[in-house]
This record gives sequence, structure tokens and C-alpha cells, in this order.
Amino acid sequence: MVRRMGRIIKMGVAAAKTCLADAGESTADMIITATGLGCIEDTEKFLGKMIRDNEEFLTPTAFIQSTHNTVSAQIALLIKCHGYNFTYVHRGFSFETAILDSLIQLQGGAANHILLGCADELTNNSFQIQHRLGFWRKQPVDNLLLFEHPAKGAIAGEGAAFFLLRNKKTLTSYALLKDVATLFNPASSSDIQTWIYAFLRENELEVQDLDLVISGKTGDSRFDHIYDEVFESTMPGIPTCLFKHLCGEYMTATGFAAWLAARILKQQEIPEATLPHGIPEELKHILIYNHYQGINHSLILLSQV
Amino acid sequence: MSKRVFITGTGIISAIGNNVSEVFTSLQSATSGIGEITLFPTVHAGIIPVAEVKMTTEQLLDCIGFHGSHEFTRTSLLGMIAAREAIEAAGITDIGSCKTGLLSANSVGGMNRSESFYKEFLEDRATGRLRDIVNHDCGDSTERIARYTGIKDFISTISTACSSSANTIMFGADLIRSGKLDRVIAGGTDSITKFTLNGFNTLMILDKNGCRPFDENRAGLTLGEGAAYVVLEPEEVIVKEGITPLAELTGYGNANDAYHQTASSPEGTGAYMAMKKALEKGKLPASEIDYINVHGTGTENNDLSEGLALERIFVDQIPPFSSTKTYTGHALGAAGAVEAVISILSLQHGMIFPNLNWNAPMKELKIRPVTEIRKGLRIAHALSNSFGFGGNNSTVIISSCG
Repeated sequence: MVRRMGRIIKMGVAAAKTCLADAGESTADMIITATGLGCIEDTEKFLGKMIRDNEEFLTPTAFIQSTHNTVSAQIALLIKCHGYNFTYVHRGFSFETAILDSLIQLQGGAANHILLGCADELTNNSFQIQHRLGFWRKQPVDNLLLFEHPAKGAIAGEGAAFFLLRNKKTLTSYALLKDVATLFNPASSSDIQTWIYAFLRENELEVQDLDLVISGKTGDSRFDHIYDEVFESTMPGIPTCLFKHLCGEYMTATGFAAWLAARILKQQEIPEATLPHGIPEELKHILIYNHYQGINHSLILLSQV
Repeated sequence: MSKRVFITGTGIISAIGNNVSEVFTSLQSATSGIGEITLFPTVHAGIIPVAEVKMTTEQLLDCIGFHGSHEFTRTSLLGMIAAREAIEAAGITDIGSCKTGLLSANSVGGMNRSESFYKEFLEDRATGRLRDIVNHDCGDSTERIARYTGIKDFISTISTACSSSANTIMFGADLIRSGKLDRVIAGGTDSITKFTLNGFNTLMILDKNGCRPFDENRAGLTLGEGAAYVVLEPEEVIVKEGITPLAELTGYGNANDAYHQTASSPEGTGAYMAMKKALEKGKLPASEIDYINVHGTGTENNDLSEGLALERIFVDQIPPFSSTKTYTGHALGAAGAVEAVISILSLQHGMIFPNLNWNAPMKELKIRPVTEIRKGLRIAHALSNSFGFGGNNSTVIISSCG
């Protein structure tokens, strides 16, 4: 079975298993996942064969595995989880909605622990298509120098990240996943500012309480100015760090950022590779601010346990 | 999380009608929407029937006033039309008057356009019209519907195969109950594509005679398409604004079969668990259910495991049930919402729409579906099932407010 799995399924299952082992659990009450583009490799495999062979000689495996909830379903099969199993598939809101659902389920008492995760894959064809759409850098660039050489295009990325969420802390908890918010297609950066302030207020925080903001900057000059404007107007002087020069840009890249934030909170140390700017006095509250192509804006707040 | 959630508006477009009233007329006259494939050229034309919405994509564009545009996929257009109807039916004149969300489902996004893109792209990777691929992802149609209807506060998309839009209704209710939103438009949209047609064909589960759910000689499902949305609002809004709701969403549950990627477990474990959870959530004993709109795809596997799960939950008092997929086909990501809207029609009018194309009882089951229209009933609680690939099983219970 594993041999025949598509790349995204392998990544997702591997990350989920690593996560469960890290948490010392063999299963969870619920599985809530996210993917922006789903199982592209299997989709292309079936689509390609269907077109080339004029709808003949097709076999079902690639079709079966092309379904967007395959990762979530395969994990359920593997860990024998009969509980709630949802998959969110909305561009730069995919992982954020999965977090929101997880928080609602935990706070409502419907689950004690939830396996939350996200996965997206890059294939030769999807890279090429997005390259033609102008998503990616045309020239090679040293990833650690990405932000020093702004130009059109980001670095293409992919990956999977999984988290075991519990309704109470344990000795090994990484962080408190406090809240999440999304904003669709804001008209101006003042809309973004209003939204960030409202989010902080709801969480009884002031801007000054933020010790670190993880920025979703991609190195794409067409979109990065939004981050600069927002940081300058809304969160001036708050230390920042970056991550998309490490994992690349993809619709669920905030999964990588959430993993990073959880790790920073647990280890109380910001890795040099994240190109930190400013030195926080302590590391209690981390905010992730991301937007996907200026349309899907999101905030994820994590705090020290 | 105990807030009551009501349904205040519905919208639908499917093979049996372009709005709620047309769908209701077809259901009453036992008119099925199943016919020959006309949407695209395929080797299966004339052999495998489907249930198409009886409008070309150009006509759909005209219907929403975007004549000749190349921006929208068929999936988006179907969704825009049904969502607009639901919002109007709920009497909403200002979508921004309270915190409103859109939760939409679909199974394959803009696949019908991706098919044309890939045809050229596979020959030469520098070719293929980019405007045919930018709508590929599942989120595209949701954003189009949001922009068209003016919904801004919250939008997202669910894809859990054939249970997708039942799941949007569930999460919509949770968003309201948790106080995150004041109003949610929940449902789904999907159009028939060559990709899904061939996919289900390789599984050998497309009935050449049109689907025959719960019939001994059933030989598979019939693909359909369409879109349907419901407007969900909490009790306080209903009371404050003096709205007469269409129905109440009383119970819902999702469970995973965790048995096989596509097949249901022989004993219908996931189906049983989803129904059980929904009944528990609604604090309803099984005996209170007056009608079941079954998932009833017409595949050998589904109807047997769903039937066994029904016998396990309801024992020897199984409520009248029917599969309305014999009218609408299986609209995949839209199916759950399509059937929720049909279940609401059953509640409102006290009618059970018959399971068409049925001749012989299944030998493994004691139960048989309703095959003649029933009228003048008092239906207080209707249960609707939606099951999907990946063992994803969902049940919603919709109750009358009368």
C-alpha cells in the first residue's frame, strides 16, 4: 500500500506518524487536515493517461488517490481512527480553517486530542504551470539571501506538518495554540491593521506583548510590500523572523510556520536560519502573519505553555 | 455549544430544476434528470447516462449576467446561482449586516477546464491556455461565490469527497454555536467532468441503465451535477428579526469507517457511527425519525453497508426511506447539500419523494425503499446521509419548526 502512495500521501503520513510518536500517542480522537492543491501527482497521472489513451485502459488507483481527503483518510486507516475526519481545501485559508475547526472541537468538548495537519506537494508539471503564471523566481538565488535580492517570484515549496493538540497541557507540550483568524481580500492595509488590532484585543494582548512575529514574506516584490507596510504601521519595533526561504511558498506553508513557532516557544531560542531581526527579551507570545498572494490573509497566535 | 441553529433559506440547481420550485415540481411528478451526456465529447456518450443541469455553461453565464466571460468555471456558476437563491430566500438584503460566512464544498474544483489545459500542455509544456488552469483548485469557486454574493467575513472550502457539502453544514453550525459567526451560507457545488466520469468508470460502478438504489439488480451510480446551499442562523437572530425559519438543524455527525480508501466496510461501521452521533447530538431517539434521505448511490457496496447500518440503528422500525439520486444523479461534492434541500421540501410539504427505478428487494436486507409518492404526512425529523471516499461518513438531521 505505502509503495503505491503518491508523494503528498507519503509526506503526510510520515509527518503524522512522526508527530504521534513525538507526542507518545498511537491515535487521536479526530483528524483535521488541510491541503491547498491536494494530490496533484495522482490527479495528473490519471488525467494524463485519460487524455493520451483517449479514455481507455485506465486503472482506478490514481483516481482513488487523487481525492483531496486521501491523506486524512490514509492516516485514519493507519491509526484506526473512527472519529471526525475533515479536510479543508481553501488556498491560503486551508490550514487556518483546520486550526479553527480543531479549536472549536476541543473547546466544545467534542475531543480530548486532535491530530491536526497539512500537506501540499510540488510536481514537475505544477512547478512548470506556476512558473508560467509568474509565481516563481526566474533566476537561481541563494535562499539565505532571498530577501536581500527582491524580484518577481517566490521559491516554490512543498511540505507537510502535523500537530497533536490536547485540551490540557502536559510536561512535554510545545506551546499553547491560542487563536487563528482569516481575512479575505482586504481593500487596504488599514483594513488589515484594524483586523490585527481586533484579533489582539480578543486575545487580551497589546502589540507590545508580542515577542516575535513570524512573517510569511516570500521574496516576491509584488506581494512583500504588504508585509512591510503592515509591520511598519501596526507592529513597529516587534522582532520578526522569516521562513519561506526555508520551506518555499505553498498554500499550506503556514503549517511550517506553526511548527517553527511551537519549537521556538519550547526551546526558547530563535534559529539563526530564520534570519531574525530584533532581539526579544522573552519568548511568550508569537504571532504568525501570512498572506497568500495578497488575497488570503491569516494570523495564528501561539503562546508559551 | 447548545445554541439552536435554524435554516432560513435554501437554493438549488440540479438536473431536475434550476431553482427550489422547479426541483419540487420534478420531485412531485417523478421526473428524473438522468439522460445522455451532452456536456463534452466522450467515448462513453450514449452508453453511460448522467444527470446534467439542463443549461449550457454559456446559458449559466447569461443567468448571472456575465455574458461571454471566460473567467468562470461551470462549477463556480452553478454555485453562484444556488447561493444567490438561498440568500434571497432567506430575505437577506444586506449580507454585511452581521458576521456572515460562506462554506462551500466541491470534489474536483475546475477540473473540466483543467482537462482542456492539459490536453495541449501534455504535448508541449509551453502551451495550454493559462486561463483554463487558474481555476483548478477547490477554493476558486468559493472565492467567486463570495465575491458575487458580497460575503467577506469568513470563507472556506471543504473537500471530503461525496460527504463534502454535508460537512459544510456541520462546520457551519459549529461556527455559529461557538459564536464565531452570526450567519453561514453552507453547501456545495460540482459539475460533471470527464475526469470523474472515467474515474468512476474504472471502478466499474456506473450503471448503464441509470442508478437503481436499493434494488437487488443495481449496478452502480449515476453521476450528477449541481449546487445547493442553505442559510444557517442562530435562534437569537430568528427571534430578534422575527424570521420564520424553514427548518431546524437538530443533529449532525461525522465518523470515519477507517476500513478502505474507497469501499465501505461490509457492516457499515462508519455509517452506523455517523447516524448514531447525529441522533445523540440532536438528543433524539431513533424512533423519532420520520424519513431518511439515504445516501443510496446504487452501488452494490454502498447500499448493502448503508442498509445494514440502518437495520442496526433502527432495528425493526426502519422509517420510510428513499434515494433521490434517481432524480438528481450523484452530485458528489454537492450531493449532501442537494439532499438537505430535498429533505427540507419533504418536511415542509409532508411528502416523501419515491426512490425511482426500483424493482426487486435486496436479498440481504429486510427493508425496501418508498417507491410511490406519499403525501399528507407529518414529518417532524428527516435524516440525510452522505458517505464519501476515504471512509468519510456524515449524517445531518433536519427538523420541522411547526
